[in-house]
Amino acid sequence: MNIIVCIKVVPDTENDIKIASDGKTILTDNIKWVMNPYDEYGVEEALRIKEKLGGEITVISIGSKLVKEAVRTALAMGADKAIIINDAAVEGSDSIASAKILAATIKDLDFDLVFTGQRGIDEDMGVVGPALGELLNIPHHSLAVKVEINEKEKTVRVNKPVEGETLVVESSLPALITAQKGLNEPRYPKLPAIMKASKKPLEEKGLSDLGLSPSDFGKDARKLKIIELIPPPERKEGIIIEGETPQEKAVELARILHEEAKIF
Amino acid sequence: MPQGVCVIAEQREGVLRKISYEIVSEGRRLADELGQKLLVLLLGSNIEKQAELFGNYGADKVIFIDDPELEVYRPDVYKEVIAQIIEKEEPSLLLMGASAQGKDLAAGLSAKLDVGMAQDCTSFSIDNGNLEALRPVYAGKAYARLTFENSWPQMATSRPNVMNISEIDTSGTIEIVEEKINIDESSIKTKVVEIIKDKGERVNLTEADIVVSGGRGMGGSEHFKVLEDLADLLGAAVGASRAAVDSGWRPESDQVGQTGKVVSPNLYIACGISGATQHIAGMSTSKYIVAINKNKDASIFQKADFGVVANLFDVVPYLTEEIKKFKE
Repeated sequence: MNIIVCIKVVPDTENDIKIASDGKTILTDNIKWVMNPYDEYGVEEALRIKEKLGGEITVISIGSKLVKEAVRTALAMGADKAIIINDAAVEGSDSIASAKILAATIKDLDFDLVFTGQRGIDEDMGVVGPALGELLNIPHHSLAVKVEINEKEKTVRVNKPVEGETLVVESSLPALITAQKGLNEPRYPKLPAIMKASKKPLEEKGLSDLGLSPSDFGKDARKLKIIELIPPPERKEGIIIEGETPQEKAVELARILHEEAKIF
Repeated sequence: MPQGVCVIAEQREGVLRKISYEIVSEGRRLADELGQKLLVLLLGSNIEKQAELFGNYGADKVIFIDDPELEVYRPDVYKEVIAQIIEKEEPSLLLMGASAQGKDLAAGLSAKLDVGMAQDCTSFSIDNGNLEALRPVYAGKAYARLTFENSWPQMATSRPNVMNISEIDTSGTIEIVEEKINIDESSIKTKVVEIIKDKGERVNLTEADIVVSGGRGMGGSEHFKVLEDLADLLGAAVGASRAAVDSGWRPESDQVGQTGKVVSPNLYIACGISGATQHIAGMSTSKYIVAINKNKDASIFQKADFGVVANLFDVVPYLTEEIKKFKE
């Protein structure tokens, strides 16, 4: 079972986000970059499948030296090799463009399964996974919390919770799965594995190696244009509800919710 | 030149979901601004009666595709059918709901149509004939204002519970058309084997009008009863912070936040939740936010419209009692 896992890096949740002077990007000087948490579930699931069925895990990421550390982490967790698409022309691409780069990287590889995170916690788009499935012309299953492979039949069965119910869906392989919380508990790489990871094959490629034209990528080729990034809308300043006792506060809160917010 | 606003409605078991009314209403507003027609697309099985309902919400035309293969959403089949209709109708705008299904479908469809797509937006406007979309990014610490270039149709999904539903009677003039699409069976690679319904009667988290959530301050799974009582009285859903989920007190499916669900209810009541970025990312677009926390410095109070500094276990039972009185 050969498995591809696509990962990206995102600003760590607790980072301050400041808008850069171009008004369209964020200041990256003090950002701590981490592997997208949803991608970690993808890496972990790939490892668990490999432990059961054997095969090879290839990690793919787009980016410069920023992504290298996350790729090394995935290798230290147990992935076998990695490909990084490192090309200045990629900078500022939108989700569809990223999916095209990944598709061009993956299409000639020998694979049975592709994992992506269900969304990146930076821009929260959730486009790359389903778009990549479409571009590779393979079935995809979003929001997986359980993945079962039937090796003999070459099928995969996925549990995906949607509002109020869980769909159990089956498809042929190869297939693409987007991972979410609940799928597994990602492992931490151990020190010897971290040492060993630096010796695992890591290949860097540019757009021309993939037969792609640089002019189709980057911020000028975006189909989804960023007009500007702005601070979040200000919320009206809140009030702290006064009262001598918790009971008084509760009574006052109920009154406000009834009379001002008109909730009930 | 593409013309018209197209909205893809969502149904389950042959019944329209609330998000469908939201996006049809928003679609009507945008169509009026563009001076164009509103087309609603509905896929499902035994849905003809549902198609007629859009006459109460401003649709000019409904195309419905009624086929047992479309009963439950499967991305491969839905993408194929919708792409065929879009190619024929050539709308300028394509709007969908940012439900689990809508987000998945929109992402795959945008690749199939090779267009840009703005996911999970909180407001839309028209500028010079182009769609502009606003959406939170970086856990809601910034908002991105987006538009489209060399990309038709201009495509976006709308965050559930954010757009207003307006009733506009077009039933007298609405055109309802059933389209037959030949679905090539050999192209279908997925099948739904089973549908497992969630246990419990409570309303779904992402669609709920009111959400009552508990965090680390709950102290244990057994203490959530106090929130459940309040939720049941309000017809609300019960959510949880990551701390509560990671402690094993609540299932993962209840988590509100950056690595959980994004909710946007009319009222969000955060109990014993400190207000970490992780959590705020999942609830900051709620209309009213109430925070109940014994720590007066908890950062949740900066986001709250109404804050109560007290032990939640001393407040919530009284709140429930008090609301009962209003309800009687």
